[in-house]
Amino acid sequence: MSKSSEVITTVTPKRKLLDFNFAETFRYKDLIFLFVKNDFITRYKQMLLGPLWAVIQPLLTTVVFTVVFGNIAGLPTDGAPKFMFYMCGNVLWTYFSSCLIGASNCFSSNAYLFSKVYFPRLVAPISTAIGNMINSGIQFLIFAGFLVYSILTGGVHPVYSLLWLAVLLVLQVTMLGMGIGLMLSSLTIKYRDLKMLISFGVQLWLYATPIAYATSLVKEKIPSLYGVYMLNPMASVCEAMRKIFLGVGNISIKYLCISLAMSIFFFLLGIIMFNRAEKTFTDKI
Amino acid sequence: MEKDVVLQTHNLVKEYRLGQINTGTLRGDLQSFFARIFKKDDPNINLLSDQYYNIENRTHRALDGVSITIKRGEAVGLIGANGAGKSTLLKLISRITLPTEGSLSYRGKVASLLEVGTGFNGGLTGRENIYMNGAILGMSKAQIEARLDQIISFSEIGEYIDTPVKRYSSGMFVKLAFAVAAHLDADILLMDEILAVGDVKFQDKSLKRMEQVAGEENKTVIYVSHNMTTIRRFCTRCIVLEEGKVVYDGEVEKAIEVYTQRKKLNYSAHNDLTEARRRYCPNHLVRKVSFTQCNLQLNDDCVIRDKSDFRLSFHFEAKEDIRAALLKVSFLDATEQPVASAISPAFDIHEGENILEVSADISGLQQGSYTISGGLMQQSEFGIFSYYDNVEQMCFVELEPEDTGLLWATRIWGRVKLPPLKIGGGAHE
Repeated sequence: MSKSSEVITTVTPKRKLLDFNFAETFRYKDLIFLFVKNDFITRYKQMLLGPLWAVIQPLLTTVVFTVVFGNIAGLPTDGAPKFMFYMCGNVLWTYFSSCLIGASNCFSSNAYLFSKVYFPRLVAPISTAIGNMINSGIQFLIFAGFLVYSILTGGVHPVYSLLWLAVLLVLQVTMLGMGIGLMLSSLTIKYRDLKMLISFGVQLWLYATPIAYATSLVKEKIPSLYGVYMLNPMASVCEAMRKIFLGVGNISIKYLCISLAMSIFFFLLGIIMFNRAEKTFTDKI
Repeated sequence: MEKDVVLQTHNLVKEYRLGQINTGTLRGDLQSFFARIFKKDDPNINLLSDQYYNIENRTHRALDGVSITIKRGEAVGLIGANGAGKSTLLKLISRITLPTEGSLSYRGKVASLLEVGTGFNGGLTGRENIYMNGAILGMSKAQIEARLDQIISFSEIGEYIDTPVKRYSSGMFVKLAFAVAAHLDADILLMDEILAVGDVKFQDKSLKRMEQVAGEENKTVIYVSHNMTTIRRFCTRCIVLEEGKVVYDGEVEKAIEVYTQRKKLNYSAHNDLTEARRRYCPNHLVRKVSFTQCNLQLNDDCVIRDKSDFRLSFHFEAKEDIRAALLKVSFLDATEQPVASAISPAFDIHEGENILEVSADISGLQQGSYTISGGLMQQSEFGIFSYYDNVEQMCFVELEPEDTGLLWATRIWGRVKLPPLKIGGGAHE
């Protein structure tokens, strides 16, 4: 008889505010792996270009940004090559928005599965996040390729001593995106109209973040609103990323700390709300 | 929990709220919320009509204090009428939803077959789906691999195992799904009338497999069914649920007897329909016509002896005159599947109390118990039916076996006997 058949599970109505049961979630690691793998397989099956889409999408967006914002609008890029400037922002933003949207669809896209079988529900958003990480990892590799070329040709000068910070920032962006996404996914169970807001809201947020322009431009044109503007947790992260990889602009420790605090706050809030919603989800959908 | 006990529930209660949970939109909820704070009239109350508002805080107990203990190796049948709480109990055991009160504990893993093919991803191949399904049950890759060959051979899928399941026929799909669930390493297996998958041969094979699971592999099976034949063949113990409560727990034959007796308790020639369950028609406050009574024109034991002249009378109240209404009477079998229906020609209804007597020739229907449901409806010019009233269970009747001719094999031939075949084709004459 296997050892697992001796584990006693007890189900009671009330649960604590923070009841993660990481041990149980960890036991389902094979499921997480399969979710990620299958999602990847089914996403690119029966497609002409397959995984190439992960590459084409940011490249095309970057080209459009370079032409529209860089050449037509003629926005300054703090001295960095335009293409690299926009690509850095784009890769970061694509990752953030896919984390947010992925997590926010967690309940609606798994409604059928959730109402038929039990497994730790956190498995679903975790595997979505890992999937997004892989996707954005591919995009980052493309960015890294262009980056190496630019460094060799002398176009950009990264701050090598701060590369470790970039890794932490990626984690922070994951937490922020997942946290807000989980929060929204819990709310959409009750309020379906929030769904409308999400894709639209992410779009608006893009313009409130220095993806298509530099923060220095905000400081110069609307100095009175700069303080409020930098409260956007993605603004300081994006600024810092550009400093690290392209060596332009600056890093503001103060706003980065605020951003980190907000990310942790939203992450915890998201998980708590998700946990609460998960309990009654099948009765409400 | 004692050593050989695998599942124990203690005073399990599951409560559902009736009516609207909230206004459904954030805007509406915020409005109501602020109205409550500022002690103003809630603007959304007017939106919801009075009847909705009245039932807003009413609850329904799908399970009402269920305490059962199940030991290892038992094959437990769960029977009861629709709405008795069987599926809710399975949902709680499989942790899809949480109890409102009480607790439940189990030892090991629970696998549920509430619906075949759960978690199957159409884009993945059969083999990939086996892994996926196993992982959903919390099994490791190695555990699944150990049983892979067994699953594939049982499913009779053969060479198609590496084809995406969306290209499978529905038969192949359910066969694979059953094979996966029946071979996975769960300690408790929950099944909801699952054995009705595939062809007759596969059904028999499935049943044998389940006997093996409970018998040789010493696992526990909880099986919900309306089919007493499979319950008899397969279960070692049987629990009868009624309105969320356990009314009998023990020996199979006795349980089936209790169940059928309980059902017969409801049998009456005169049925009050004012409080009966309705379907597809609005609340009684807005309903234009309401059935109040349904009478069977026969003996009080509700056994029909003359099938060629089956008589019913209905009492109903109409709030206004209605033209061209239709009366529909349906016969439902023990699983509450409709077997046959009869529809009246169009007639007019006058405001006030009405009594309608109808008769029908139901000679085709074969022996057994039937639930009769009835509806008053109207057909629009586009052919769509709308119900004025529709009662799910109007009355119950028992049909005696015919004493002439050959014995009717309901299970294979169905419940309706058509007029005899004529020998010698008519077309060429």
